[in-house]
Amino acid sequence: MADYQNLFTTVQAVGPVHHGVELGHGNSPRTGQPVISYWLGKLGNAQLGPIYLGGLGLASLVCGLIAFTLIGMNMLASVNYDPIQFVRQLFWLSLEPPPPSYGLSLPPLNQGGWFLIVGLFLTASILLWWARTYRRAVELGMGLHIAWAFAAAIWLFLVLGLFRPILMGSWGEAVPYGIFSHLDWTAAFSLRYGNLFYNPFHALSIVFLYGSALLFAMHGATILAVTRYGGEREIEQITDRGTASERAALFWRWTMGFNATMESIHRWAWWFAVLCPITGGIGILLTGTVVDNWYLWAIKHGVAPPYPEIFPGMVDPALSTGGKP
Amino acid sequence: MNMNFSFSSGWTGRMVKVLGLALAGLVLAGCERPIPESVQSGYRGTGMVQVYNPRLLEVKTALNQPPPVIPSPGSEGPKASEAYQNVKVLGNLSVGEFNRLMVSMTNWVSPKEGCAYCHALPNFADDSKYTKVVARRMVEMTQHINADWQPHVAQTGVTCYTCHRGEPVPSAIWFKSNPQPYGSNFMGDKAGQNEPSAVVNLSSLPNDPFTPFLLDKQNIRVNGPTALPSGNRQSIKQAEWTYGLMTHMSTSLGVNCTYCHNTQSFQDWENSPPQRVTAWHGIRMARDLNLTYMEPLTEVFPAHRKGPTGDVAKLNCATCHQGAYKPLNGAQMAKDFPELLKPALAAAKVAAAQSAAPAPASK
Repeated sequence: MADYQNLFTTVQAVGPVHHGVELGHGNSPRTGQPVISYWLGKLGNAQLGPIYLGGLGLASLVCGLIAFTLIGMNMLASVNYDPIQFVRQLFWLSLEPPPPSYGLSLPPLNQGGWFLIVGLFLTASILLWWARTYRRAVELGMGLHIAWAFAAAIWLFLVLGLFRPILMGSWGEAVPYGIFSHLDWTAAFSLRYGNLFYNPFHALSIVFLYGSALLFAMHGATILAVTRYGGEREIEQITDRGTASERAALFWRWTMGFNATMESIHRWAWWFAVLCPITGGIGILLTGTVVDNWYLWAIKHGVAPPYPEIFPGMVDPALSTGGKP
Repeated sequence: MNMNFSFSSGWTGRMVKVLGLALAGLVLAGCERPIPESVQSGYRGTGMVQVYNPRLLEVKTALNQPPPVIPSPGSEGPKASEAYQNVKVLGNLSVGEFNRLMVSMTNWVSPKEGCAYCHALPNFADDSKYTKVVARRMVEMTQHINADWQPHVAQTGVTCYTCHRGEPVPSAIWFKSNPQPYGSNFMGDKAGQNEPSAVVNLSSLPNDPFTPFLLDKQNIRVNGPTALPSGNRQSIKQAEWTYGLMTHMSTSLGVNCTYCHNTQSFQDWENSPPQRVTAWHGIRMARDLNLTYMEPLTEVFPAHRKGPTGDVAKLNCATCHQGAYKPLNGAQMAKDFPELLKPALAAAKVAAAQSAAPAPASK
């Protein structure tokens, strides 16, 4: 009788809507009247709102909106303010960083000036939002795990757009704001610095990225598989281990000899997720500043295997002809 | 055991099925038919393969067939310079050879328009049509390619048909892009990229990589020679321009990156296939031809043949290759027209020196 397939929430317990706990001095009132949504309830909690906006949230939204609008206006201007072309070419459109010739100086608005202004507001917006996650966690008496995990992502963001361009002495090294353009930038970054796949921190970052997905799948599947025994009530299972927890633990102990606990699996997930941007950021920060060519670095240190020469006699024609490349 | 999945009944089940079908359709929409063939071209495990779609390859093969060759009447008889007036480049051909080449050129370049496309009939010697002045220079260019650019064209050589394919203007030419097409200098600068351009295979890469690399001599190489920084200041943006040029080469030749590169290290020559050397010479050939032959013709062309910034039409890899890694799939057309090969060029150079042809100096 396997008829319980919990892809969606099957039983929605609906009680009176509430605003949440009372907050002390210095906190804003919450915004919006809470409503119950059956369809949201299929995915998560059926109650929508209220939201805590507060000063930090408001400032963050304003900064973010300025950045978003400036990017959009630059994109719109680049298609001569044609709304149809704006939609058709949206994935190609982009706000580009200044030409490298400007170094770290302030370029004209249309040659990266807008890009720097957007960078300022976007960074402010993200940092304000980070402060908001920190403050809300404190006010709710929670740990700061979410804020620090978010900070790990911000680290990578700042390395890409602030720390590394400054160390390289050029805003032109920063990532453009655009869908395809940032992907092409990524490929060009690897091409310029001799194949990023030979960057060990890039490799570590991929390990943690794919590892996060694997852990997420393992943990999500495990909990879903034991919900019929109350396994989704994980916190109770931590303090009072029931049959759901026992079965989940046994499954992994039998299949791979070792199992995480109801509590430790979340530490695994947190560290894997957090280490992905931390190691990635280190890898980006070292590129161009400390290592210029990762392929040559990897050959020098025995990381990359030298393949047998199968194109004998291949030499750089610029050497034989004396021509400049 | 009686397995009664809720999937199999009720609206949720139907919705899941519909979603599943839609998903399968989406996934399959990314597929090409038939199954592509891959040909290994490098050491195992390095991903050095060329991928061919047999269906598209057939289309491409049909598009790249050489035209039939008119048999040569032989070099006996009076010379063209004796029989005709104002023959500056091909004067040492026999009248028969000369007329054969003229008819061939008509077939190659202006089959619909005929002789009158270049000649101000009835006076064949008249130079008043710009097309005739250009055609003469293009014959010299063809001779130059076949004589001096054998590192790129080898013994296969080129004829007018290699680029023209029966059209007065070759289908793949390029003009300098207009840096500010909308006249605004306040916002919305595209920095020469970020539009769906066929030049860079619809990527957002810089879509005029020709001006810096096939006209100017900007540095194509962006990689540093040492593991640690040693003064290489090439930026990521410059890498994007090089990437744009390489994407143009890849699409022009209908090949993957691995046709010329071992992607383990794009810069490393020792592990690159020999085609890369041919391509290296090709870049320099295109640059030479654009500078020496096309740019000096700028004033000869009428305005409607010029680009948005008033520059002359120029050539790139696609002008000859047109999707094939060897133009016309390597058909050896040039050998049937020895006047387009080196000996004729030597004679033409002598003739040119004698008549002191006023070739406008570039720059």
